[in-house]
Amino acid sequence: MSTVLIIEQVLNGLQFGVMLFLMAAGLTLIFGVMGLINLAHGSLYMVGAFAAAWVAGATGSFLLALAAALAAAAAAGALIEVLVIRRLYKAAHLDQVLATFALILIFSEGTRYVFGSFPLFLDIPAYLSGPVTLPGGIQYPFYRLVLIGVGCVVALGLWWLTARTRVGIQIRAGENDREMIAALGVDISKLYTLVFAIGAALAGLAGALVGAIQSVQVGMGEPVLILAFVVIVIGGIGSIRGAFIGALLVGLTDTLGGIFLPELFKLFMESGAATQTGSALAAMAAYILMGIVLIWRPTGLFGARS
Amino acid sequence: MKNTILASAAAALLAAPALAEVKVGMITTLSGGGAGLGIDVRDGFMLAIQQSGRDDIEVVIEDDQRKPDIAVQLADKMVQAEKVDVLTGIIWSNLAMAVVPSVTAQGKFYLSPNAGPSPLAGQGCHPNYFNVAWQNDNLHEAAGAYANTASYGNSFILAPNYPAGTDALTGYKRTFEGGIASEVYTQLGQTDYAAEIAQIRASDADSVYFFLPGGMGISFLKQYADSGVDLPIVGPAFSFDQGILQAVGDAALGVVNTSQWNKDIDNPTNAAFVESFQEAYGRLPSLYASQGFDTANLLISAIEAADVTDADAFRDALRAANFDSTRGDFAFGPNHHPVQTIYAREVIKEGDVFTNKIIGTALENHSDAYAADCKM
Repeated sequence: MSTVLIIEQVLNGLQFGVMLFLMAAGLTLIFGVMGLINLAHGSLYMVGAFAAAWVAGATGSFLLALAAALAAAAAAGALIEVLVIRRLYKAAHLDQVLATFALILIFSEGTRYVFGSFPLFLDIPAYLSGPVTLPGGIQYPFYRLVLIGVGCVVALGLWWLTARTRVGIQIRAGENDREMIAALGVDISKLYTLVFAIGAALAGLAGALVGAIQSVQVGMGEPVLILAFVVIVIGGIGSIRGAFIGALLVGLTDTLGGIFLPELFKLFMESGAATQTGSALAAMAAYILMGIVLIWRPTGLFGARS
Repeated sequence: MKNTILASAAAALLAAPALAEVKVGMITTLSGGGAGLGIDVRDGFMLAIQQSGRDDIEVVIEDDQRKPDIAVQLADKMVQAEKVDVLTGIIWSNLAMAVVPSVTAQGKFYLSPNAGPSPLAGQGCHPNYFNVAWQNDNLHEAAGAYANTASYGNSFILAPNYPAGTDALTGYKRTFEGGIASEVYTQLGQTDYAAEIAQIRASDADSVYFFLPGGMGISFLKQYADSGVDLPIVGPAFSFDQGILQAVGDAALGVVNTSQWNKDIDNPTNAAFVESFQEAYGRLPSLYASQGFDTANLLISAIEAADVTDADAFRDALRAANFDSTRGDFAFGPNHHPVQTIYAREVIKEGDVFTNKIIGTALENHSDAYAADCKM
């Protein structure tokens, strides 16, 4: 296995990680601030991708499509927060899971009703497509480098928002003691809607960015959602920094596990069987990582709560 | 969700109450990610029933949501409560394996419009089970045969890590005479193939064969086209059907894939089917729609020849396959699976629509590798 291949795989892992971060950041904010388990987060990812595909098809502009994805997902997020989620903050986690699972079904069948059962077309714009040659002669798709860049910029922006702005102070205060900040005169329900919309917009952005290189179809959000939950558990619930580190860890583990585990098994097994066993084990790698982290730190890497 | 559709439409209900003589239970996937396939099978099937003008066939349609447990429940309900005579419709092999052996053992007929898992073609074959589509390995064997004629010498092959994925790579290797550079199993439902594409780039292969049905194929083709790797790729029709080609776009142009059907197969039945399907549903038919259409026509031909209550006569009538197929001549092998020609097609663009064009024959009068194990 050459160095070039390994570097390329590390880049792939990073790219996957930063996209997971966009999903996980919203989830962890919502869980941290409001104590809500939102299974419908994957549906917001799908809403973003469909909005982007539709606008890109109508206007031909990828930037407009991204803007539409952000707006549509944020609007959908704010809408379900006001209509449904708001009633669930005091409910038990099981009720939240049940209600947000219902939202998944409503979003999926609603999307099928509007857009039909066949996948939509969304492609990378010409100015971002094709491979570039990196130092050392590595050929790598330009768009994936852009994704890594966008993810890092969003991470910086979120850090700035939570650490340096007034809204950020309120969000962090809300995580620690929601009664107290309500008593201090902060409109807590407006704050909740805002946080939910930000989380939804990030999921929508991820859906649109990833939709361009994957398939824009009903149910596309659910597989990502499961890994995003793994990420926030590893990172520590409520921590943006934890979500970022956790996402990179999961992205790298998942990608590199898929490559190296089959190779590892080939050292002492017959080739075909090694590929199958290695692939099966690679599918579990992220969950095994979560188990190890939880044994070592039961609240996650950056989890504050005990 | 329950759709009971009387084949004869409302007019027949108003006229003399014709008793449905044959009741058909269709279990297929109408919601979730794989719904496009089930909808195509259903639409093709119902089109043939409508065109026959018969008012004595009642079709009960239910959605299995691509879940084996739900498919089993629906099958029990159809056999016990609805008392259907014939079942059909299942898309996915794992669902077919859960349903077919049980319903055929209860004396019902099952006509498969899509799934063709190898156990049902070999040792697990049953006199009441007929597959109108293909045995699962068929299109992959054809792809291997095509790769030989294209003189590829070393293939990188990949498929999802589940039974049909293993069958696919086995099928390809059965006919492909060149070497295998690497054999990779991906996760079922995987959407990012950057890691696999990097392996392809690093390998010494001269061609790529992949079996990634539905959305997985869309993701792979888009990412492959953007990666700068330019090895020729070959796949089965499942990643290039009419329903998903528009979502892949230019990335699929020129790719060769194998199929037992295409809209340009030259026979009157097929021409009429393509035209009437477009007229009825406003879109081009896919191979799944053609399979649904053929399944219904096989059923109608058997109903015309024999009474469904006389199981032996009805079985003989099905086995005779005396109907006009969209594929031209149609015949069953000894294990009730089709013996048919499989074509190589190329993805082209007609105006604004991406579609396929036949460029040659991959395998002629091809049966399957399991027929010898079938004792019925």
